[in-house]
Amino acid sequence: MTDTATDTATETATGAVPHATTTEPHPASAAAAATEAILRDTLAGAHRGVVVDSPPGAGKTTLVVRAARELAATGRPLMIVAQTNAQVDDLVDRLATAEPELPVGRLHSSEAQPYDPVLDRHPSVVKSAKVADLAGLDVVVSTAAKWAHVRGAGPWEQAIVDEAYQMRSDALLAVAGLFERALFVGDPGQLDPFSQVAAEQWAGLSYDPSASAVTTLLAHNPDLPVHRLPVSWRLPASAAPLVSRAFYPYTPFRSGTGPGERRLEFRAPSDGSSVDRVLDEAASSGWGLLELPARHTPRTDPEAVAAVAAVVRRLLERDGRAFGERSPEPASVTADRIAVGTAHRDQAAAVRAALASLGVTGVAVDTANRLQGREFDVTVVLHPLSGRPDATAFHLETGRLCVLASRHRHACVVVCRAGVAELLDEHPSAEPVRLGVEVRFPDGWEANHAVLAHLADHAVPW
Amino acid sequence: MSLISTLARVEAAATGRARPLTTVRHRHLAERPMVLVPLTTAGEVGAPLGALVGTDRDAPRLLVVPQPRDRTLRFAFLAELAEVVLPHLESAQGTVELQERAETDPETGKRVKVEVELCADAPQLIVPNTAGISYVRLLGRSTRFRRTAEEEPDSPHPAPARLPLLGRWLTHYGERARVPGSSLLLAVTEVLGRHWATGQSRLEDQHLGALLAWIEAEEGTSGAEAALRVELARDGDGVPLTPPAGPATDPAFDNRRLAPAIARHDAGLPGAEEEIRELVASQLRPTWDAVWRALDLLRALPPGARVADRWKRDRWSYTAHRDRLRAGEPPQPRRDDAVTAARKLAARETALAELAAQEALDDPLVMAERRLSGEAFAGEVVRVEPAWSEGKRPMPRPLVTVRTDDLPHLEEGDRVHRALEGGKSQPGVFVASPAPGLFTVRLTGGMGRGKVPEAGSVPEEGETVCWTLFEHAPRGGPDLPDPEETPWTHGGPPDPDALDAPDPVTPEDLL
Amino acid sequence: MSDIPDSPSTTALRRRLAELRGADVAPRPLDARALAALAANPGCRRRALLDGAGVDKGALAKKLGSPAAFGQSQFAFARGHAFEARVKGDGGAELMRLVHARTGTAGTPAPEPGEVAVPDLTASGPDGRAERTRLALERATAEGGWALLNHPMVRLEVAGSPVHLEPDAVAVHPDGRWTVVEIKSFPILDGAADPTKVGAAARQAAVYALALQALGGRVDERMLLVCPKDFSNLPTAEAVDLRRQLATTRRQLARLTRLEEIAAALPEGVTFDPARPADELAEAVRRLPAAYAPQCLSTCELAFHCRERARAAGSVEVLGREARGELGGLTTVEAVLAAARGEAASLSGGDGTDPSDDPPDDPAAAALRRAARLRAEALAGRS
Repeated sequence: MTDTATDTATETATGAVPHATTTEPHPASAAAAATEAILRDTLAGAHRGVVVDSPPGAGKTTLVVRAARELAATGRPLMIVAQTNAQVDDLVDRLATAEPELPVGRLHSSEAQPYDPVLDRHPSVVKSAKVADLAGLDVVVSTAAKWAHVRGAGPWEQAIVDEAYQMRSDALLAVAGLFERALFVGDPGQLDPFSQVAAEQWAGLSYDPSASAVTTLLAHNPDLPVHRLPVSWRLPASAAPLVSRAFYPYTPFRSGTGPGERRLEFRAPSDGSSVDRVLDEAASSGWGLLELPARHTPRTDPEAVAAVAAVVRRLLERDGRAFGERSPEPASVTADRIAVGTAHRDQAAAVRAALASLGVTGVAVDTANRLQGREFDVTVVLHPLSGRPDATAFHLETGRLCVLASRHRHACVVVCRAGVAELLDEHPSAEPVRLGVEVRFPDGWEANHAVLAHLADHAVPW
Repeated sequence: MSLISTLARVEAAATGRARPLTTVRHRHLAERPMVLVPLTTAGEVGAPLGALVGTDRDAPRLLVVPQPRDRTLRFAFLAELAEVVLPHLESAQGTVELQERAETDPETGKRVKVEVELCADAPQLIVPNTAGISYVRLLGRSTRFRRTAEEEPDSPHPAPARLPLLGRWLTHYGERARVPGSSLLLAVTEVLGRHWATGQSRLEDQHLGALLAWIEAEEGTSGAEAALRVELARDGDGVPLTPPAGPATDPAFDNRRLAPAIARHDAGLPGAEEEIRELVASQLRPTWDAVWRALDLLRALPPGARVADRWKRDRWSYTAHRDRLRAGEPPQPRRDDAVTAARKLAARETALAELAAQEALDDPLVMAERRLSGEAFAGEVVRVEPAWSEGKRPMPRPLVTVRTDDLPHLEEGDRVHRALEGGKSQPGVFVASPAPGLFTVRLTGGMGRGKVPEAGSVPEEGETVCWTLFEHAPRGGPDLPDPEETPWTHGGPPDPDALDAPDPVTPEDLL
Repeated sequence: MSDIPDSPSTTALRRRLAELRGADVAPRPLDARALAALAANPGCRRRALLDGAGVDKGALAKKLGSPAAFGQSQFAFARGHAFEARVKGDGGAELMRLVHARTGTAGTPAPEPGEVAVPDLTASGPDGRAERTRLALERATAEGGWALLNHPMVRLEVAGSPVHLEPDAVAVHPDGRWTVVEIKSFPILDGAADPTKVGAAARQAAVYALALQALGGRVDERMLLVCPKDFSNLPTAEAVDLRRQLATTRRQLARLTRLEEIAAALPEGVTFDPARPADELAEAVRRLPAAYAPQCLSTCELAFHCRERARAAGSVEVLGREARGELGGLTTVEAVLAAARGEAASLSGGDGTDPSDDPPDDPAAAALRRAARLRAEALAGRS
């Protein structure tokens, strides 16, 4: 992995990444330096906007909570824009937990059950569907969709826009009139926003409404400081280099823990089955590939679904112990510390049914979209290309694989049919190229190959 | 591609004849559409070669540019095109109906009802394929900024008087064609492809002649073979017997037929121009006839119940453009500003969701696709339990249980919708699946305001109902700021005085 | 690269490819269309071997009775040539102005007229031209000034066999960078161009850039795309980021099945010499496994032949790559229909695996049965 600790120094959007020195500071001090620089620019900088790129598990939410408290402390009215209600509720909960006295408004919709009842625990949190009811509160938090309907309020002196890379440019257009300055935080490697209708006619325009909000922002304000959180605290040393190389080739990051700092052990020994062997491989190396025989299958490949379920069951049965930097005592890898990731909803439904029939409950089973932003000890991933006769743009999308491969603190087991590399060879990446559209990510085809090549070293046949 | 349409393609491949994808027609067809079949010059953007255009299938107007690189001849062609097309596009401006619309009063800021004009009909334009639609846009782009002699008396090459106006209309039609479900400007390959599946790929369906061969094949004949002949049969010079539907010409035609004729024309040989006209007509006429045959096929399908509803939106679009022209607004800019682009995208997303919902509601075969994909379920009502909401004024919230073989992707609390007679829809919430194949929905509206549901508003046991997980009338996005209030994140307000200049006329126009 | 003598295995492969091509047939260079076909269908062994051997696929297809529909209109040809000549005219002054404006180092002056070296690259044969190109690049880089190489020749190893490539131009910057220049005749209209065509140009340029990298140069990761502006014949240019295409192409080339391996699977004496009788050629082509997809029709001369064979075999690929998505192991029209009718999958002739280990509850078959039932129900309601 490249030594890029000093990349946390402020870059301008157009400038090149400054090249690093050969000595790496300790990850904690690198991350702290980055956070200080971000807060300095946000609180006292001359720019109207500050952008923070945050790779998976780099402490984005921690940063948002801290920035919100410090901004509130200056007395500047603050609005926070998140993308989903779940994200809003999570942020409000964390903010109120961190600072119980802080007056926080949760602006919500007028539908039934518009917010998570967990917020009722916090006496300082005011909930309302009308922004006028929240006037004067230090911080008001809502979704971009709800903010877009706010009229006759504000402008707020300061905003924080969370998950800004998943926000579309037109959504920012609808809310940007509400604030004077803003801190934009997000992960450039996750799923891009998209539109179901053709938007090619605006491709290459700085304000292409279907592009990400950050792309538009930086195109119009190229001098804004762009920071990067340089350390993933979630991903272990075994995963950060691969995820960084495959999905963030031009903005690398590293893991907060070194090799061996995290360990996964099982109390129950291996029974010698392929499932146990792939678990052992994943426990020792961080990655495991359970490779089923090559076959073209429909999406809900019964054999692959059964294999995923079997891996989860054995993972629980073998009573995993996760050792890490957080505590000297190992933590039990219980069902709530495990997730299964799939590309499609029907696959998730099939895995849930298979787990239920094995009597396994409490494991999160969801699509990449819904696992975005979440964290687990061990993840089991049904490879998006497993058994497919074709490789569509959907399945090749870098963000999808990136989300699935970057949710874990300890280990990731991928279940896949053999033959995906050959499938990729037969399905070219003859992507169209639009003039003026900035290339941010590697090609999905290339990233898939990079991940497969790495997994091949950790393969166990079914 | 849904599995049902894949299956239709497989069936078509097995039988050699196209198979239906719908049971009704999902696009509006005007009684008297104008068909435009354009041809362009290879390698030269914006240099038309000719066109067949008109509203009478037996009497198309043939327009030909005998030397496409000659600007004078090009302008003569465009002037003639304007002469034929503009009267059609302007024909529906006068007959209007009055409609009520809510508008924001600029003085009080309140929403008030105003009466506005809506054109009673809108002229329709039909081209053979999507490349034809792109070409309409290109013609619009290349002509709307031109200056006429009146606007620019000193110009050495003034544009014909009505040409910029034609450009603005074509631009409007070209933009409207990007709205899902719109019908002002249609490409017949697209419309045919929506209604029939062939036994070849969608890529090959772009060839109008081949696509038609699959659909027109009579029982007992092979559309596959007919399509192959249309696609591949060539004469001794290698010129295809069925010319491509344009706007690009076949290279062998260019090299073997057209180029020598143009050379004779350039040399001033007598009869050369007539020869070019005949050659161009020979390439256009088969496509012209094919477009009309395609329209016959489509007319034979009954229109979907909600097609007229979408056509009304096309009429609004037409009326709005008419009003902009009457208000003396400048031509559409080269590229949209930030707010306009975002508004268009939002409108198209709403239109797409609406189209998807309406097609399914209008057509059991389309609904079958949604049922197969878990987005809808249909079955017999096996149980109805009366129930009421809690609160001061209890409202009816009956529980309806349906038996179905469908496998909807439902989670507790998901909203579902059911179409009622008269175009309204009834909301419900999924409660539980009491047993495999049984789904219970709590009705949450559409039963009137009383404590007892209105008669007929709750389905009865034994009745067949179809619930969808998608909304029937999807809402649009939020209001966006006015362009003059574009925020700093999007570059601030556009310069109000920045008008697009006409393309410079350089000697390069004539190579 | 070209100063290293060919290894014995390369020599053997060259001899073998010459046999396959036909004794007295000159190899065809890997032109833009062949590169597009490579990008569009990298996994097709038939295409790989025929292109790698330099077989004239157009002539072969004609002989097989399924001629390709490719051709270029002389109008387009004339316009394209006129445009390229215009762009490169006047010692490349206009072109170098664009090179500087779009890809030059910020703050450095544009080349003055007469400041641009335009080395003579003429030589006999592709190897000679490639050598001249290498020397010219070496010299220009050493001299540290601007240089324009008009139609240079570069070599690249593709599937274990060297091929020759001819970019439109390569510009050498004073800082020693090399930029690939492609001149295309499609327009950049209001700042936008046909994304499919730009994509093809970028993939093509990426191959050239890889060939240039093999010469040890510092190759710009952006290409310069020169096109007519709007409706005029005036050139305009955009820098196109090639990083994606470079990464993809590099990996594609690395993963290509080696031609030796494909050739080794063919019996001795097999040849694709278009002079041979049609049935012999058809048999030879049949021995090369193809991966037909409808996309081939726009890039590969042999596509109509492959389509005919795929249709005759009842392969679902003829319906489009996307059609296969939910069909799982069902690969033929007949198998799909049988599954939809609820007939046993063992009759299917599925994907060649032993039918006995077909899962009993194949969800593809189950979904097809449901699809067929729903479809029939809806169609019956119509009458």
